Amino acid sequence: MAQFSFAFPKPGTKKLLVGATLGAALAIPALLAGLLVFLVPMVNKPLLDAFIREKLGHVPATWVGTQWVYAAALFLAGIAMFTFAAITGGIFSWYERRVAARIQSRIGPNRVGVAGFLQWIADAVKLLFKEDLVPGEADAMLFRAAPYFVVAGMTLVLVALPAGQAIVVADLDVGIFYILAVTSFIVVGILLSGWSSNSKWSLFGAIRATAQVVSYEVPAGLAILVPVLMAGTLSTQGLIRAQGGWPWEWFFFRNPAAAVAFFILFISQLAEGNRTPFDLAEAESELVAGYFSEYSGFRFALYFLVEWANLWIIGAVATTLFLGGWQIPGVSAQTWASVRGAGSFPAFGWWALQFVSLGIFAVKTLFLVNVVIWIRWTLPRIRIDQMMNLCWKYLVPAGFAAMLFTLVWQMVATWAPIVEKITALVVFAATVWVTWRFLQQTRKNVSLIAHERVDLSNW
Amino acid sequence: MSKLVLRRLDRNNEEMLINFGPQHPSTHGVLNFLVETDGEVMRRAIPDIGYLHRSLEKIGEMVQYPGYMPYTDRIDYLAAMFANEGYAIAVERLLKIEVPKRAQYLRAISCELNRITSHLVSIGTMATDIGAVTPLVYALRERELLNDLLEALCGARLTYNYHRIGGVAFDMPEGWRDKVLAYLDRLDSSIQEWDRLISTNEIYRKRLGGVAVISRAQAIDYGLSGPNLRGSGVDWDLRRDVPYGAYPDFSFEVPVGCGWAGVVGDCYDRYYVRVLEMAQSSRIIRQALEKMPDGELTAKVSRKPKPEAGEVQSRIESARGELAYYLVSDGTERPYRLRARTGSFMAMGIIEDISPGLMVADLVALIASLDVVAPETDR
Repeated sequence: MAQFSFAFPKPGTKKLLVGATLGAALAIPALLAGLLVFLVPMVNKPLLDAFIREKLGHVPATWVGTQWVYAAALFLAGIAMFTFAAITGGIFSWYERRVAARIQSRIGPNRVGVAGFLQWIADAVKLLFKEDLVPGEADAMLFRAAPYFVVAGMTLVLVALPAGQAIVVADLDVGIFYILAVTSFIVVGILLSGWSSNSKWSLFGAIRATAQVVSYEVPAGLAILVPVLMAGTLSTQGLIRAQGGWPWEWFFFRNPAAAVAFFILFISQLAEGNRTPFDLAEAESELVAGYFSEYSGFRFALYFLVEWANLWIIGAVATTLFLGGWQIPGVSAQTWASVRGAGSFPAFGWWALQFVSLGIFAVKTLFLVNVVIWIRWTLPRIRIDQMMNLCWKYLVPAGFAAMLFTLVWQMVATWAPIVEKITALVVFAATVWVTWRFLQQTRKNVSLIAHERVDLSNW
Repeated sequence: MSKLVLRRLDRNNEEMLINFGPQHPSTHGVLNFLVETDGEVMRRAIPDIGYLHRSLEKIGEMVQYPGYMPYTDRIDYLAAMFANEGYAIAVERLLKIEVPKRAQYLRAISCELNRITSHLVSIGTMATDIGAVTPLVYALRERELLNDLLEALCGARLTYNYHRIGGVAFDMPEGWRDKVLAYLDRLDSSIQEWDRLISTNEIYRKRLGGVAVISRAQAIDYGLSGPNLRGSGVDWDLRRDVPYGAYPDFSFEVPVGCGWAGVVGDCYDRYYVRVLEMAQSSRIIRQALEKMPDGELTAKVSRKPKPEAGEVQSRIESARGELAYYLVSDGTERPYRLRARTGSFMAMGIIEDISPGLMVADLVALIASLDVVAPETDR
């Protein structure tokens, strides 16, 4: 009888493979962190000026090369952000499939590398080698252009999105407003792709997506107004600086309306990112694949890149606005200033602290990313009229109420700051209690399934 | 067919005509629906069947009586036991054969196990069609375990070819009885898990409750049967009302839709009736395993039966409703005419009249809730 061996990897190659995968798994996030921490502060003008003055020996104001150095720094920072988006998107695609598999009592991709970690690279390479097909009846130019609008909408957001104390490409005065604005690029791309595909299903998906994203920008904007009112600034870094490191200093806990606004924003972001239960635009069981039905190869990969890189954006925006961003507990603005030192270039401790702040930001963001994935693989999809009802009948009025409440709350908080402190502790305690109850219920549900044991050995 | 359908559509209106199938993720096989939509709201959905037509009835006239048994598997590949049993009963009535008691019990057990696998697929794909992918995998996991048991019984996981004219092909393997009982214990807790997982989900109830309501009168008029009929509140089950085989020996309840999530006869009722039926099937199998008599597996049947000229009809309660065979014999080794009446075909008929005013997403729910399977509509 023929011997079929499905054992992979083969015993001999296993050590090498494990090593390679672990190397990649550790090196890629480390590379990302390094890129972010060292490249992004470079676009800081005073730092660049100091670099030209002290390392290159020119006077920045008069030297001809100054603009070139600025341009090079911006270019490098842009590359860093785009690489960051591409790699996080890729890793999330693997991670989501693994988590989904666990939720569905499957194993998930486990062939390429240890625990299938290199699956996303294999998928990307496969898609790059596929034929880039344009349907005969399609509007070829718009069809080819559409994915770039979507990618632009996603990457432009990263410009104003902070990831650490000094890790932001541009700390715009209108940061959060800018993010809301450039997100609309995605709608343009979706509408273009749906229209130009010349397929009824694509058009259906595109119309749905447009209606959905445009509608949900209203509650999202209202929810964003709540922390903006509390901080008094639109700058993303300013919003984080107005919060503190400890949970009870976060906006989420400092104002009951902010907790409501957080959930409004989170739901709206799910809808804007076309995630279940709002994945109507790409509803597989209804619209085949929605607006990207006709795409293949590289352009198809771009849509998926955006979908998964959006996960980071969903988490990061919510973290920035409500969950204290990169603030390290116990480290105040004075500490940052003193660690930095008086020199032109920051001291070593400052760089180390940047890493810590990046880590804290990443942990909060990844927690939200997990929640998004978990929701996706748990809930069914809602219908389009229910989605519109939810938006206009519930979220928009609730957003208005939260905003008005915040206006009054800010007056109360200025008049008696102790009220804010007490509320923060009460809301924090309530959150802890709810989490505890939730975990208890989960344990109970797990124990009810007597025949199913949680088995993590077959990873 | 398509010309006919297109003529029926009003060419002067502004609606978009979409071909919902035959390659579409949620049409459960190669079915096509010509959907006329005004944005999200459907004006009409016209079923266009025939993509899976394999002339099974004609084949029945060309092969000898015992040789048709494997073909019946293909009438409904998700619930092949019923198609087997219906055909076997029809030929037995033609030959006037009495089936041994043990064979009847084995038939009941195999059919009820098959009903569970079929309903697991039905409710799993229903959840997927509504957008929750996870429950499908849970349902398929339970189904795989059950397929193992069916494989142990008859050697196949999908097209069983287990029933024979006059009885069944094989006896229970050794130790099978205990495995089935252990599985049924597991199934009973799985059904509760299923309720926690998806049946009580608010979005799920909102998506299915009050959607595509088929009234009691409509259900009867259109000839719906099985879970679709019971979902509309009609208390009718052939196993109880026109008993056949070993069913008179068992006590079981017939779940009837009562508007769990809205109106009687909505998609949720048709869905939940199936969930409850799995528990009843489990109950029937337990009784059958307990009371299992000894005896022959098949009655004495000639290898080339030549029934007298005449016509018979057999009706059984399949997982998709009433499965009826109508056999005409002209006294030769082959049937003169063979006709299979299937539940899915009847269910397809009602879609065109229920669909106006539904949303596109509701059409998916309607198809899934009627549990339409392409081979059964086309044969």
